[in-house]
Amino acid sequence: MAVLTEEQSMLRDSAKSWVQEKSPVTAFRKMRDSGAELGYDVAAWNEMAEMGWAGVIIPEEYGGSNFGYLSLGLVLEELGRTLTASPLIASGLAAASALILGGNDAQKGEWLPKIADGSAVATLAVDEGPHHRPDKVEATVSGGKLTGKKTFVLEGMAANVFVVSAKENGQVELFLVKADDPGVSRQKLSLADSRGAANVEFNGAAAEKLSGGAALLEKVLDRARAGISAEMLGAATQAFETTLDYLKTRVQFGQVIGSFQALQHRAAKMFTELELSRSAVEAALAAIDADSPDVPELASLAKAKMGDTFHLISNEMVQMHGGIGMTDAHDAGFYLKRARAAEAAYGNQAFHRDRYARIQGY
Amino acid sequence: MADFGGGADLDTFRKEVREWVEANFPASLKGKPNPMAGEGRAEKPTADQEAWRKAVGEKGWGTPTWPKAYGGGGLSPAEARVIQGEFARAGAYNPIGGMGVMMFGPTLLEYGTEAQKNEHIPPICRGDLQWCQGFSEPGAGSDLAALSTKAEDKGDYFAITGQKVWTSGAQYADWCFCLVRTDPSKKHEGISFVLIDMHQPGVEVRPIVLINGQAPFCETFFTDARAEKKDLVGPLNGGWTIAKRLLQHERSGISGMGGGMMGPSLSDLAKKYVGVDEEGRIDDQDLRNRIIRNAMETKVFQQTAFRVMAESRGNSGPSAATSIMKNAGTWIAQERHELTLEIMGHQGLGWEGEAFDKSELEIVRAWLYGKAFTIFGGSQEVQSNIVSKRILGLPDLTQAK
Repeated sequence: MAVLTEEQSMLRDSAKSWVQEKSPVTAFRKMRDSGAELGYDVAAWNEMAEMGWAGVIIPEEYGGSNFGYLSLGLVLEELGRTLTASPLIASGLAAASALILGGNDAQKGEWLPKIADGSAVATLAVDEGPHHRPDKVEATVSGGKLTGKKTFVLEGMAANVFVVSAKENGQVELFLVKADDPGVSRQKLSLADSRGAANVEFNGAAAEKLSGGAALLEKVLDRARAGISAEMLGAATQAFETTLDYLKTRVQFGQVIGSFQALQHRAAKMFTELELSRSAVEAALAAIDADSPDVPELASLAKAKMGDTFHLISNEMVQMHGGIGMTDAHDAGFYLKRARAAEAAYGNQAFHRDRYARIQGY
Repeated sequence: MADFGGGADLDTFRKEVREWVEANFPASLKGKPNPMAGEGRAEKPTADQEAWRKAVGEKGWGTPTWPKAYGGGGLSPAEARVIQGEFARAGAYNPIGGMGVMMFGPTLLEYGTEAQKNEHIPPICRGDLQWCQGFSEPGAGSDLAALSTKAEDKGDYFAITGQKVWTSGAQYADWCFCLVRTDPSKKHEGISFVLIDMHQPGVEVRPIVLINGQAPFCETFFTDARAEKKDLVGPLNGGWTIAKRLLQHERSGISGMGGGMMGPSLSDLAKKYVGVDEEGRIDDQDLRNRIIRNAMETKVFQQTAFRVMAESRGNSGPSAATSIMKNAGTWIAQERHELTLEIMGHQGLGWEGEAFDKSELEIVRAWLYGKAFTIFGGSQEVQSNIVSKRILGLPDLTQAK
C-alpha cells in the first residue's frame, strides 16, 4: 500500500466501508440475476456519485474534488474487491480525462459537472474490432459528421455522450458525440462478466472535436489503463483472500487443505505476484499525478502485470475451490469472468508488452 | 545530525565528499571492481588498493550509517546515499565489504555486548579483518536448525568440533560467525552463536569447486577449535533468534541481485548477437517477447523495492512485500542469465580460450553460479514456506488420520 495522505486515507476508508456494507458480491449477483439493462445498479451508482467518487479527478470549478488519480485508484480498488459494477471507469475516469485534457471551456462546462454528479454517463468509443488497436482507426469525420463502427464500448448503453476516435483529414482525433443524436445506434452486448457494454454505430452523427489528436488519445487511454488496473488489483486481492480463507477451512484427509505444501507454495506465488503488481499499479497512478514523462511505459507495465496476476489468481481461485468453485452459486466464477473482460479492456497483456518494448526501443 | 531532506546541508556534505574523493581515490583504480569481490581475493592487493581501503576505512565511509563510536561514519541514510553517489561518480568502488559488513556487523550491533562491539566492529569498518559464515552443515541445509557441530564447555572457552559447508570465502577469512549446538536435547533452543578465530590449529578449510569451475565456498572442519566465552553472542542456547535476524540481512542482500543489474541491457545484447529486423526490432519474435517479459519483471521488482523502502519510512508500518523479495529477485536474475546465454548463441557456450571475449566467458560462469541464488540464504522452497506460514498464516501439516 502506497504511503497515503490523510485525505486519501479517509477516502479509502469511506469507500471500503460503503463497499462492505452496501455493495458486497451478493449485490453484484442480484444485479446480474435481475438482468439489469445497463449492467449496473442505478441506485448504487447514484449513491457513489453523491459521495463524490465520479468527480475525484475533476477540477473543483467543474464540481469535482481534484484529488488525483492515485486517490481515484483507491476507490476503484475497493469497488473491485466486490466486483461492484458501475460506470466509474468509463465515465469518471476515462471520458472525464479526455474532457479535462482535451476539452475547451464550453465542452468542460457542459459535461464535467454532470459527470461529477453522476447525472450523465460518458465513455470512450475507441476499438473497432475484436482487439484493442487504437492506432487503427477507420471511423471518419467530415463536415462535423462522424461515421463508423465502434466495438466493446464500456457502458455503451448507459452513455449520454461518447468520446470517439476518428480520422479527420487523415489525422486521428477525439470527438464528442451525443448518444441521442439521430445518427447513433447501439446494440447491447451481453457479456460473460455481466457488465455494461455495447457496439455503437455512427452514421453522420454530429461530432465536436477535442483538441490534442492522437497524443490526447494515448494520454486518455493511459489514464484508463492505470485506473482499471486498480480495479483489477482490488478484485485480485479479494479473490486471493477468499481463496486463502477456503484453504484454512476446507478439510480433506483429516486436515485443512491449506496445510498441504502443494497448495501453500502456490498461495505464496500468488501473494508474491500480487505484491509485485501492487507496486506497478501504484507507480503508474502516482506517475500520472506527477505528470511524469514515463506514464506511457508505466501504464503499460501496470496493465500487463496486473492482467497476468488477475488471470493467475482467478484461475487458481476456481481450481483451489474444486467442485464448489465450478458452481454458479459460488463467487469464483464472477472473478474469473471479470478478469477476462478487464484484461481485454484498453489493451491486453500482449498489447502492453509489445507497447512497452516499443517505448524502450526493443 | 541535521535533518537531511535534500537541502543545503546535504549539498555542503556532497561538496565535502567530492573533494575528499578527488584527493584520495587513486586514479589507477578508476572503474575497477572491488578486488575483494569474486576471484580477485586470491591475489595480493596493490599499494593503491591498500591505500584506498585504509583511507575509506579511516573515515568510516565504507559503513556510513554505523555508529561513529565503533568506527562507522555515524551518518544519516541520506548522507550515505550521497557517498554512494559520489563514489559512483568518480568510478570508485567501496573497498569495505564482505560478510562482516553485509551480515555480521548489523547483527552484532543489534545483539552484541559493548565489549564485543568495541572489539569486532572497528576492524570491519576499516576492512582489516574478513568474516565468513559457519551456518550450513552436510546434514543441515534447508533444515538449518538440525545442525550438529558441537560446542563443549571447557570453563573459559568452548571446544568446537564438527563440519560446516558452503562457508563462503572461508579460505580468506580471519574470523567465522558460527552456529553451534550447545544443548543436544533441544532443536532450535539448543543452538548458540559463537565467534571463532580462523587462524588456529583446529580449523581446516577446503575450497569446494562448483559447477562454474570456481570455488567461492569451502568446507570448514573444526577439531577442538577454541571459541572464547567472551565471544558468545547473545545468551547460551539463544543463537537461533540471532541467526534468523542475520538471515534477513543475507536475504535482502541476495534479493538485490534482481534489481541492481549491471552491464548492457538484454535488448542491446540481443540486437548485437541476434540482429534487428527492418523496423530495428530484435530479429527473433519469440526471444524478443521473453526479453520484454524479463525487462518488465525487473522494472516491477525495482518498483517494489522502492515501495518497501517508502513504506518503511512512511506511515504504513513494515511492508508485507519484504517477504517476497528474495524469491522474486532471484527468479528474475536467473531468467536473465538464461536469456543472456540464449542471446549469445554459440558464443554463450565458451568455457575458456581466445575464441571468446571476456564478457562472454564471464556470463557462462555467472549463469552457472546463479543457480545457487535459489538455494543459498534459504532456498526458494524455504522462502515459500516462510511466506505461506508466517505471512499468510497457513497451518503446518499434521499426521494424516
